[in-house]
Amino acid sequence: MSMQVEDHRVIEYDVRTDEMLVNMGPQHPSTHGVLRLLLRTDGEIVHEITPHIGYLHRCAEKIGENLAGPQWIPYTDRMDYLAGMNMNLGMSLAFEKLLDMELPEKAINVRVLIAELGRIASHLVGMGAYGLDLGSFSPFLYAFREREIILDLFEEVCGARLTYSYITIGGVTHDIPGEITIPPGLASLTGRDMNTKLQWMDAVLIFLEWLEERIREYHALLTRNQIFIKRVAALGVCSREMAISYGCTGPVLRGSGVDHDLRRDGEPIYTRMYEGYHFDIPVAPFDDAPPEVVLGDNWCRFFVRMMEVVQSIGLVRQAIEKYPSAQGEARVPYKMTNKLPKDECYLETECPRGQMGFYLVGNGAAEPLRARAKSSCFCNLSITAPISEGFFLADIPANVGSLDIVMGEIDR
Amino acid sequence: MVSIPDQSKRTDNLQRIESLLMNIEDIHQLLVDQFGTDVVTALVTESKDPWIEVAPESIQDVTAFIKNDDRLRFDHLTNLCGVDYFEPDAKKQAKFGHDPHIEVVYHLYSYNHKHSLVLKVKLPRWKDDNEGELPEVPSVSSIWASADWHERETYDLMGIRFLNHPNLRRILCPEDWEGHPLRKDYDFPLEYHGIRGR
Repeated sequence: MSMQVEDHRVIEYDVRTDEMLVNMGPQHPSTHGVLRLLLRTDGEIVHEITPHIGYLHRCAEKIGENLAGPQWIPYTDRMDYLAGMNMNLGMSLAFEKLLDMELPEKAINVRVLIAELGRIASHLVGMGAYGLDLGSFSPFLYAFREREIILDLFEEVCGARLTYSYITIGGVTHDIPGEITIPPGLASLTGRDMNTKLQWMDAVLIFLEWLEERIREYHALLTRNQIFIKRVAALGVCSREMAISYGCTGPVLRGSGVDHDLRRDGEPIYTRMYEGYHFDIPVAPFDDAPPEVVLGDNWCRFFVRMMEVVQSIGLVRQAIEKYPSAQGEARVPYKMTNKLPKDECYLETECPRGQMGFYLVGNGAAEPLRARAKSSCFCNLSITAPISEGFFLADIPANVGSLDIVMGEIDR
Repeated sequence: MVSIPDQSKRTDNLQRIESLLMNIEDIHQLLVDQFGTDVVTALVTESKDPWIEVAPESIQDVTAFIKNDDRLRFDHLTNLCGVDYFEPDAKKQAKFGHDPHIEVVYHLYSYNHKHSLVLKVKLPRWKDDNEGELPEVPSVSSIWASADWHERETYDLMGIRFLNHPNLRRILCPEDWEGHPLRKDYDFPLEYHGIRGR
């Protein structure tokens, strides 16, 4: 007997699945920290995403209102803890803008050098962790091997490996060190003796030369890898309009095709730092992108970061070149008791994850009346729901990972 | 290849670009012509970032205008936050220099014209001066999607109610948290679910 289905609803009833609420996080490894996503799924398809944040909330803004500027710097380290140097820089520049401070050439030069090294370290984590999100373990190990050397170099500069508080109001706490013992990682990777003594600047140059070679390997490992492309291309598409409306910044914005980088388009106090430096600003779409790629998808965001590493390598080299001729001290003194004027200012800087803004309201005391830290990842994370709804459950780690979020910065 | 030229060499070019940009006085004049001085209440230029003050009930009309007008095109809301002007210490109140009030600050940027603007809205610390009743201002989340989360954060930490917001819940603090921590007269709780506070 052949069965003829006349009523289509019968089939629908047969394969109907129930809606299910799935809790992703807050301890899920691919949520980059303590992010909880509440998913309403129908089978494999996700219909609704509700992000829950705030697990790392430490009320950094309230603390900032009760501390003098230099005392607040260690708290900014703990916001984006993968790019502490860049956080310090943003906060210091905001105070300097409020106080009309003029910085010596040397301080600016060291800041550019350190901030761009920090950007490389941060993007390496972004790349490695993204590979991990997609189930490929090796890029993570390579990325951390490279980042380790930068952390070693930072340790030689300021003694800390993660929470530096090195860039401070009025410059940097002290000048770059002279002779150091080669970082062990660099020694073993470049086949040098562990006890080699060399200049800090030379160690950076050796490292950059070595890193530049590796970038090609990362491209082979991830960027041009067919499995990787199938996992990320044409997924998590964030249009230009959506990126602007949701206030996305940094690689997310440039991955959606908006040519905007504060190092070029920012306020004079920030762009002045990069005067005389030459660099490209990578913006999607890319001519050499694989055919599957769509403007504003996960691959574009990832590729923007990879290209920025190359640009930062160039910037660090230029900063090292300029270092010997840079005049002045590495720091102008700033007293803890310095009174802030009855004025206010807002300043954004280009951090690895986007534009981090600091808004300060002074009121004649050493402590600001209001210390606001505007997080870039906060806005970048808010597009998770619109770019992932209607897609597969398995694509969510790929989408969230491509935003390269750090919960410490979102929750503050 | 972008190269940031020396300051000395770029003055000519910069002046040319700056002459094309609207400065804050022009923007203020444009807004006054459009809405009148009842809505656009003040222009403060003696500041690092000059600002324009707008009447709270009209913030939605003004922001919709400055986003869609071809001369302004403020398509990016960079920052939205609240500031509590209040000195809880009676001894310091004389030196404080501000009437007690709350401000909502909107920092805007235009990707088209590459100019920025600061808008402010002044609110009483409590609605109708009834302590505990949150002040209200219309939401701008229908104009910029980024305002959605920023307004939730401002509600959560500063205690400002955004009218017509699609989903005004706490975002950083737990949902059963009491009070708004960034208020100057906020009392830290002694305990939360059995966890000791101060």
